[in-house]
Amino acid sequence: MTLADVVFGLLGIVCLAAAILVVTARHVIHAALWLVVCFGALAGCYLVLTAELVAWVQVLIYIGAVVVLMLFGAMLTRAPVGAVQELDSGNRPVAAVAGLATAGVLGTLVVAAFRGAYVDIHHTSIGDGKVIGTSLFRFFVLPFEVASVLLLAALVGAIVLTRREA
Amino acid sequence: MHLSMALLLSALLFGVGVYGVLARRNAIALLMAVELMLNAANLDLVAFDAWFKDTLHAGQVFALFVVVVAAAEVGVGLAIVLAVFRLRETVAVDELRQLADVDPVVRVDADS
Amino acid sequence: MTHAAWLLPALPALAAVLGLFAGTRVAGGPAVPALAGTGVAFVVSLLLLGAVEGSPATVHESAVAWTPIGGQTLHVGTRVDGLVAVVAVMVCVVALLVQVYSTAYMAGDPRYSVYAAEVSLFTAAMLLVVVASNLFELLVGWELMGLCSYLLVGHYWQTEGARAAAVKAFVTTRFGDAAFLIGIFVVGGHAGSFEIGDVVRSPGSHGAVLTAGAVLLLGGVIGKSAQFPLHVWLPDAMAGPTPISALIHAATMVAAGIFVVARLYPVFLAAPVALTVLGIIACITMLGAALVALAEDDLKRVLAWSTVSQLAYMAAGLAVRGWTAGIYHLLTHAAFKALLFLAAGSVLRTVGTNLMSEMGGLRRAMPVTFVTALVGAAALAGLPPFAGAFSKDGILDAAHERGGALGTAVYAVGLATVLVTAAYVTRMVVRTFLGDYRGNAQTRLHESPLVMTAPLVLLATAAVGLGLPVLPDGWGVARWLDAPLGTTELHVAAGGVALSTGLVLLAGAAVYALWRRNPAADPVAVLGRARRPLAAAFGVDAFYDRAIVRPLHALARGVLRVDDGGLDAAVEGSGATASGLGGGLRRLQNGNVQAYASGLVIAVLALVIGVSLAVAR
Repeated sequence: MTLADVVFGLLGIVCLAAAILVVTARHVIHAALWLVVCFGALAGCYLVLTAELVAWVQVLIYIGAVVVLMLFGAMLTRAPVGAVQELDSGNRPVAAVAGLATAGVLGTLVVAAFRGAYVDIHHTSIGDGKVIGTSLFRFFVLPFEVASVLLLAALVGAIVLTRREA
Repeated sequence: MHLSMALLLSALLFGVGVYGVLARRNAIALLMAVELMLNAANLDLVAFDAWFKDTLHAGQVFALFVVVVAAAEVGVGLAIVLAVFRLRETVAVDELRQLADVDPVVRVDADS
Repeated sequence: MTHAAWLLPALPALAAVLGLFAGTRVAGGPAVPALAGTGVAFVVSLLLLGAVEGSPATVHESAVAWTPIGGQTLHVGTRVDGLVAVVAVMVCVVALLVQVYSTAYMAGDPRYSVYAAEVSLFTAAMLLVVVASNLFELLVGWELMGLCSYLLVGHYWQTEGARAAAVKAFVTTRFGDAAFLIGIFVVGGHAGSFEIGDVVRSPGSHGAVLTAGAVLLLGGVIGKSAQFPLHVWLPDAMAGPTPISALIHAATMVAAGIFVVARLYPVFLAAPVALTVLGIIACITMLGAALVALAEDDLKRVLAWSTVSQLAYMAAGLAVRGWTAGIYHLLTHAAFKALLFLAAGSVLRTVGTNLMSEMGGLRRAMPVTFVTALVGAAALAGLPPFAGAFSKDGILDAAHERGGALGTAVYAVGLATVLVTAAYVTRMVVRTFLGDYRGNAQTRLHESPLVMTAPLVLLATAAVGLGLPVLPDGWGVARWLDAPLGTTELHVAAGGVALSTGLVLLAGAAVYALWRRNPAADPVAVLGRARRPLAAAFGVDAFYDRAIVRPLHALARGVLRVDDGGLDAAVEGSGATASGLGGGLRRLQNGNVQAYASGLVIAVLALVIGVSLAVAR
């Protein structure tokens, strides 16, 4: 039981709790804010796993852009500001079963498969900007370019979809 | 640290995300649950990358790509939600039932 | 000349086809092909008669191999001997006179061309039966006659009565025809050949098979010749036009059964049981039908029941081995019954009703019809010198000579029937022609046109003239008819003639006296309550209705219900079930995307768990 284990465990609990609150919150805005907490805890988890760049990109993009975008979306669609009883559909029991089953199956699978696996965080190369950048632009240039085209397409698509007919 | 902790957290996050996708009525809330599922996958990628001690850091690089794709997806997804909202005045997914197959209306023919 | 016998069925058939397809376009109308066809056939039949005269036993056969069936070859051809020639002449004469008569009787009928064509077709079918050399050929003609009878009886198909009568005639004779068909198979199979010549020469070993075949053949005879128990169709068939009642139901079709028995007589001689059966049935029918005729009010129905009774006479004659007498009666009956029917047609056309209670006193307004009808009535009753007397006495004489149980029974019943026949004939004459007119005063009573009265006169002459062949030598019947071995020659004894004449005069006088007491009433009313079973034809029709018709209708309704409710419902039900199942499955497609996704996730999980459990084993 190293320090990394403890920290990771605590961060994991926070993340999980926030995630559960995201999916059970009655306010849409509250759900978005709990999502921020979840993403933040995940960034912490990444840091423990020595993935620096990914952690900060997580904060920047996910918390900074995605959640904000969702908040904008919620406001534009006149999300009810107060508590709404009917925020959950009638599918809740089935969804609960599906969620529990999924978690159970996956959890059992990974724990059974990697019970004794150990991440040696002291002897691994830290994923900082320089290392990731080199790897990205040296070995993964094509996916990088494709990803930028994808972003362009998404940008254009979003604009087209939301254009009002003149 | 134990790899299984990260993997377990990822599995549980995924399960919570599945529940959210299947249970939430508001489309925005549903998209949030999808983001949870994507993040669970990301965590898996990064954890395995650390375990493999990959010199190329392929896991972390692809985690970045997943972030990119997720961002793009949220953008387009919200555009769709907005378009639907403009058309139907609602973002409750269980009120959007155009996919349903309706019973044929029985015509009273002078048959048999 | 005898080789041209095939012209006999061919010409009227051709006339029928021409009449059907081009009748209205021929100059002169549809009557022309009909009259021409039948007229030429009549000439041919006369020539045939001349050819066989003097040697009636000689058989002139000509056949053409047509098609192989089974192990044999089916031949089609003609077989002419004395019997054939005589009957052919009779058929052609009556058919021609009926066609001539119909041109006036059916004038104004919009479907006259069809009628004339059907009568021509019928004539062709009857002639085919007469000249057939092969049992199957005979059967073809037999069935065609049944078809034509159905068509002609149902000529006024707009009326319910005609429709029902046509179906009844067809179905009742069908019962007989089924037995007839099987009888042909049995007889032909037993004799080893279906050629009439072979069957007659050597019918095969005597025994149960031959008897069975003969009795089955009798089934057809009973049906077509309207004997008990298949007699019920003939009175109802009077719903058809009167000329065809004269042709079909007096002279030709109903006589075809008697003709067949005469034709295949050696078969019946070899199976005496069949002759006994025929005799018993004839006795029952003879007296029963005559009694019913006594109570009928409809003029045509009286004549119909009379036909049934007289056919029974012919059958009885054949049953007691009086072959020549039976055929002779067939010929005389054709003459006087056709005459009576055509006279009745003349009356009906003028008066407008069939019921005798609305007739009377017509002798002043319709003198020719009256005189000819009187001649026919006298022949029917059996007064010498009219032909019917001698033919009837010939049968009674044959019965007397036969002796035994059958012969005595036929003789006794025959004499009784003579009494009753004379009674109903007298009743018919007095109620129709004598006394005062009881009908609608507005009706204009007039004589029928020449085209209708000429055939009447001709037939009346025949009814008298046919008495002559009784004379031996020279004019004798033996000139044209050759009695097969084992049958009695035609012989009329003076004592017998005197006895039956006495009975006729007795019955006639009694009825006349009763009538004179109250000219407006029905003389038979004196029978009081005994009249009712007679009027109801002894309840045979009612019995058939209860025992056969109604159960069949119920069965048909039941089958319909099974078909509609069972089979149809099953078929439609399978469709409805498919729709229902589809509808059930359709509920899964409720449009809720989260439901779809839930299903997907759970299914995938189930697969994963299932596979991993299976693999782990």
